[in-house]
Amino acid sequence: MTPRQLTIRLIVLATAILGLNYIIWRWMVSINWEAWWIAIPLVLAETYSLLDSLLFGVTMWRYKQRDTPLPPPAGLTVDVFITTYNEPFDLVMGTARAAKNIAYPHRTWILDDGNRADLRAIAEAEGIGWITRSDDWANRPRHAKAGNLNNALLATDGEFMLILDADQVPDPKILDNTLGYFNNRRMALVQTPQVFVNVPPNDPLGSQAPLFYGPIQQGKDGWNAAFFCGSNAIIRREALMQLGVMRYVSETELALNKALKTADKVVAKAGRQLGPGQERLASALSTLATDLQQVRRELNEGQAIADVTYRFQERVDAVARNLVAEDFAALHAELNSIEGLSRTIDVDGSLAVVDDVALDRLSQRDWSPLGAVETVRVLIDSVNAEKAGEAQAVMPLATISVTEDMATCMRLHSLGWESAYHHERLADGLAPEDLDSMLTQRLRWAQGTMQVMFRENPFMQKGLSLAQRLMYVATMWSYLSGFAAVAYIAAPVIYLILGILPVQSLSNEFFLRLIPFLVINQILFLVVGRGVKTWRGQQYSLALFPTWIKSVTSAFGNVFLGRDLDFRVTPKTLQARSRLPWHLVRPQLIAMAVLALAAVVGVIRLLLGQGDLLGSSVNFVWIAFDLLIFSVVIEAVRYPGYDAWLNSNKKKEGNP
Amino acid sequence: MIEFKNETLANGVGVIRPVGRLNMVSAPHLGANIDALISDGTVRLVVDLAGTDFIDSSGLGALITGLKKTRQAGGDLRLANPTAQITAVLEMTNLNRVLQPVASVDGAY
Repeated sequence: MTPRQLTIRLIVLATAILGLNYIIWRWMVSINWEAWWIAIPLVLAETYSLLDSLLFGVTMWRYKQRDTPLPPPAGLTVDVFITTYNEPFDLVMGTARAAKNIAYPHRTWILDDGNRADLRAIAEAEGIGWITRSDDWANRPRHAKAGNLNNALLATDGEFMLILDADQVPDPKILDNTLGYFNNRRMALVQTPQVFVNVPPNDPLGSQAPLFYGPIQQGKDGWNAAFFCGSNAIIRREALMQLGVMRYVSETELALNKALKTADKVVAKAGRQLGPGQERLASALSTLATDLQQVRRELNEGQAIADVTYRFQERVDAVARNLVAEDFAALHAELNSIEGLSRTIDVDGSLAVVDDVALDRLSQRDWSPLGAVETVRVLIDSVNAEKAGEAQAVMPLATISVTEDMATCMRLHSLGWESAYHHERLADGLAPEDLDSMLTQRLRWAQGTMQVMFRENPFMQKGLSLAQRLMYVATMWSYLSGFAAVAYIAAPVIYLILGILPVQSLSNEFFLRLIPFLVINQILFLVVGRGVKTWRGQQYSLALFPTWIKSVTSAFGNVFLGRDLDFRVTPKTLQARSRLPWHLVRPQLIAMAVLALAAVVGVIRLLLGQGDLLGSSVNFVWIAFDLLIFSVVIEAVRYPGYDAWLNSNKKKEGNP
Repeated sequence: MIEFKNETLANGVGVIRPVGRLNMVSAPHLGANIDALISDGTVRLVVDLAGTDFIDSSGLGALITGLKKTRQAGGDLRLANPTAQITAVLEMTNLNRVLQPVASVDGAY
């Protein structure tokens, strides 16, 4: 253990002890139950924050700085994928040319989800490959970037792939410096940092994530849980394909079991709904019920799903074919008995026999008489190993979330694959340059994370270690901060305006338990961050509370109620605007106004001799802290974009 | 499910409009509609298939039975406006030689 690691562990331990010392006392002794409606939300918010800080401590416990890997062997095959949807050609081609210049031998592909013929012409003229969705994707779920990558995986064959967003310009060394990790046969993925070049030093939109692309990723790496972040990552194809195939098998089993579970009910119900004159269909349904029981028996005997379902479909086809044959026998009898027609038929002969091709076609699933009962048709389709609703049966990149990276990475880890975080800047990215785009992007990341939390909760997944589960939960947990922020705004306002204190008293004990924890927590950040700017991140984790809350509610609605996510692609270019977008941060502005008003009321109450000096002072400091946090949105609204910032900076310095 | 929107034209021709899928479940309903018109004395019928998305072998059987009954009553049954799937089925089974569909209800007689 290095001295630095030891220091970090001691501080983490101290944080945990001091934090628990505070929060246990808060729950046991200090709650003002008379004002439970604010006391409980506040203590919950504090508990939330403590857990957040404990999870951070767990992350830092195994903090790991990797040595530079050995140089890779020659002869690995690598595909470089540049994903694009609607970005300008110049931007895409700038990245593509840089990708072509990567030193290690590879092939470069533009994955054009916009299917733009002009882009194809430009790319191919420069010897850069161009891939767009195959016809299989027409009228099927497209699954955004995950779908784009899955499509390209089937069109290429390199052992490794480097994934780049259209605005991430790679360094020529990016493959040479990272492929060496794959000498470890279990290594599936290497993530490198995302750093943005179009951001001023004060980073008004909080684009840079130095704490994440640094200590947090290095901490997760120590637990073999370095995250995949969508771009600037190298992945082993074999790992992804294994993932896709295993998901296919388990999803097929799941769908089949679900279908069989409801099969008897569906068939019985369909039979009951048939009126008089439907005896033929009723008897076909009862044959179907017997066949379904046979499917279950054969599966229980351990026969292969594909064989069992294939034989079932054959029996269904035979039932359908019998019905069609009966229909035609009856139909011919009618035709022959119609006066004036029988002669034509006899002479011509073409109607006497309907050929096998026609009978087969009329018995096939889409035209089958068994389809007369819609639910039965759905049932027959679902007892089938094909995934007709999807463009590809095998989807290596997870499609359960708008951010495919986290879910894919968690699935890789649960299959026992390893990942690494390589802490070296090997690509120059572009960050959103206006508040609207930034908010859209943050909302999407948060929604994607919440979708994974609801759909594939880390605690429910097989094959993950406890620490890996905690690493995924830590990130999900941090996105719940919006609810805590509301309590942190409300408590001082309620005290200063109404004089209601959510704790029993502001005794010495309160301060003696709280302040050491706050101090050690900041020391942990300082030591871990080693001089990187973490303040912006702290501000935004509270200041974007409306975005975080919306991400939780909209993802909940999407996963459990089937609602739309209202999802937009992040614009990569500066959006034109005529006036400052104050409306985007209205909730924050209202919160600031309320906080300021509360402070004024607090002062007046003190002057009138109504307030308590100690209590008011604590809440004044609290409000000042809240206002300092929220002040970031004012900077963000006023930020004119990087070029405008550069120009105004030059003027200030007196340069032309 | 299937719905029937029927009418009788000024020239005494009965129009049957099955809206939905003409299959094993709904075919008996078509038969019942045809029977009702014949017993009212309307024996020249057009089945307007513009709103019929789909037909299976039982649906074909019901049309032929209808043809037989109208002929026996001294009338006829003709088809109008078949959708793509119906045209394909009629051609594949050569039944278009017996029931040659016409493009519009007005042109049926």
